Amino acid sequence: MPAFRTVAPAALLAALIVVTPAWAVTSLSVGLQQEPTSLDPTADATASIDGMLTQNVYETLTVVNEQGEVLPNLAKSWTVSHDGLVYDFVLHSGVTFHDGTTFDAEDVKFSFVRAMAEGSVNPSKSIFAPIAAVEVTAPDALRITLKQKDGFFLFNIAQGDAAIVAPESVETNAIKPVGTGPFMFTDWTRGDRLVLSKNAAWRDAGSVAIDRVEFRFVADPAAAANAMLAGEIDAFPGFPAPELMEQFEADTRFKVVVGSTEGEVILAMNNSDEVLKDLRVRRAISHALDREAIIEGAMYGRAQPIGSFFAPHHASYVDLTGTYPHDVEKAKALLAEAGVVAPEFLLRVPPFPYATRSAEIIQAQLADAGMTVKIENVEWGFWLEEVFRNKNYDLSIIAHTSPNDLGNFARGPEYFYGYDNPDFVKLWDAIKFEADPVTRDALLKDAQRLVADQAVHGFLFQLPKLGVYAQGVTGFWQSAPVLYQPLAGVAKVK
Amino acid sequence: MILLILRRLLGFALTLLAVSAAVFFVMNVLPGDPAIVILGIEATEDARAALRAQLGLNDPAIWRYLAWLGGAVQGDFGVSYSFKVPVAELIAERLPMTLALAGLATVMTVALALALGVYAASHHGRAGDWAVMAFSQLGIAVPAFWLSMLLVILFAVTLRWLPPGGFPGWDDPLAALRALIMPATALALVQTAVLARVTRSAMLEVMRQTYVRTATATGLGPARVMWRHALPNALVPIVTIIGMQVANLVTGTIVIENVFYLPGLGRLVFQAISNRDLIVVQAMVTLFAAIVVSANFIVDLAYLWIDPRLRPRS
Repeated sequence: MPAFRTVAPAALLAALIVVTPAWAVTSLSVGLQQEPTSLDPTADATASIDGMLTQNVYETLTVVNEQGEVLPNLAKSWTVSHDGLVYDFVLHSGVTFHDGTTFDAEDVKFSFVRAMAEGSVNPSKSIFAPIAAVEVTAPDALRITLKQKDGFFLFNIAQGDAAIVAPESVETNAIKPVGTGPFMFTDWTRGDRLVLSKNAAWRDAGSVAIDRVEFRFVADPAAAANAMLAGEIDAFPGFPAPELMEQFEADTRFKVVVGSTEGEVILAMNNSDEVLKDLRVRRAISHALDREAIIEGAMYGRAQPIGSFFAPHHASYVDLTGTYPHDVEKAKALLAEAGVVAPEFLLRVPPFPYATRSAEIIQAQLADAGMTVKIENVEWGFWLEEVFRNKNYDLSIIAHTSPNDLGNFARGPEYFYGYDNPDFVKLWDAIKFEADPVTRDALLKDAQRLVADQAVHGFLFQLPKLGVYAQGVTGFWQSAPVLYQPLAGVAKVK
Repeated sequence: MILLILRRLLGFALTLLAVSAAVFFVMNVLPGDPAIVILGIEATEDARAALRAQLGLNDPAIWRYLAWLGGAVQGDFGVSYSFKVPVAELIAERLPMTLALAGLATVMTVALALALGVYAASHHGRAGDWAVMAFSQLGIAVPAFWLSMLLVILFAVTLRWLPPGGFPGWDDPLAALRALIMPATALALVQTAVLARVTRSAMLEVMRQTYVRTATATGLGPARVMWRHALPNALVPIVTIIGMQVANLVTGTIVIENVFYLPGLGRLVFQAISNRDLIVVQAMVTLFAAIVVSANFIVDLAYLWIDPRLRPRS
């Protein structure tokens, strides 16, 4: 296998600092539905921490762009050994953290070792599991040796969980984040707003068009709509209410951009349940579901159907939505074949609009096929404990928002799917270790087919990314392959 | 008098103790683990265990409660699991806004309700009375959050006179007031409806008394009779209702803060419950209880001030 090598774009450290006159301060206010309780992505999984801070305040060695490609970031280039185990990174030099301390390979080593350590509370500790050693070979060079090949490694270290932090500031990052990115943390009024300001010392500061970013936390969908309409908020990249999109589309002051996220919404089935263990029952449920009606009713038509556990915008996606066409008679026949008479299922629904709205439609669809569903709306802490940890459920509705999470089906019967299939585990291991893009693509397609064929869950739709922007605001991503949104490319013209 | 106050203070302390114990018990029985909520569903089991150890969640429940109580009586309410800052700091940064909102709403309620109630009573059976009664009927029926939405659509979206929500902080008091005026109005209008009715009927009751007739007979003007002679004697039921409304306001702000995305205690308690941030929930519920108990205590003192007959004989 040839070594592959990447070099940073020509814009090497252009030390050209654009002095912005005080009267030309460009300020952008961005609406967010979810407010985090702390600001350290290496210790808290809340998605809005990444949404606001990763690649803006914190940076990583590599970065993922809107197309899902891995590009250089703090590492300006790297080489990978022929056996795929040794990564040699060359880092940008002359980089400083926002508190003035110098960034070098020791900081990268510190960040990785901290995340891997025993007692680490990193929410994605498993992405560091393949690492055998991290060595500093020069102030601007770092070698990471893996225990086993990992096709996702460069993608994974582009996530906020692998943010590069400094030993001098790591303890206070939860309340006062310090990174190396294009924006510096300025202020956080908990419950109201978080303010970032442009870092003029950033290596590509000339490409940053916004001087001040204000994130406003608006949880209520109607309040979010009013804040946009009143001109308080310029951009709402994850607008919480699909039912209000039409109103914004009709209004010339706004742009509506509908894209995709990494969130696969599934009707999760507890595969370790006595009745649901039977493939025929799971297939019966799949035939009873009418995705189009669910998407229309729960998402106002603004979502793409999925037939397996894979994002449609991904290059290796196969359309399997035709595997179990909506067919009530077929569903009844499969139930009869399995010897199951009038089954009853407990559907525990977490407090997310996509889930609560889908639940009643699904209840009605399964009732048509002779299945009784009892809906129980539960709160998120309860869901995590009872459904996720204790597997105390028959059915649930949940979006899996992580990229590359097809590996969930290889987690064994302990995982809340209760799904146990050694063939899939083997297939997923092959995918993880495969670095050849063509072979990997074929394997990913096989994995999607296997999961669809086994009807492990009811596969519903891909969670859309609904963006509402004031005219003149540009540069926000249409789709979200990762949890962050770099603001370096965002601009606002009045 | 001193004995009365001491007795009330003892009752106050016992109430708070009972509330904090009840909250602790309920939050411990409620399924949910702060470590999973914070670290999410991708976290490994050893990372969760490490976080639980870090937060001190592995100690026995009764021990955690006693440790909290020991700190609380010395003014140390512990450090929030999810915010990673002292609970007292979290509450202190939000309390002024919530108190200002509740205070403003109370002032508006009392001023408006007394004016409307006295007006309706003095125009008993006439058009003005009917108008006030119709308004209060409507006010009782309309939920505060719905009224809030209407206010926002009119004053923020259409007219753009006031911000649709958010709070700019206290640096600019005028901007702060502008941010609070709509939420306070939404809270106050609903409360006013109730209080105006109570004021009206209490006034009507008093106006039947012979001393009112005597006051009128001595040649005093109707305004003086109403405000100087009738109202003070009608205050006991009115103050009772105001006391109950203060307790309602504490819960009412939770809804209103959500609609106007204000950084107050209501949103904090909601976030803390979702995050299973027990230590924050406990301090806050105890605080709410303290506010309600204090309001009742102030009402009792107000009775003594309003009605000398209720004062203990010395």
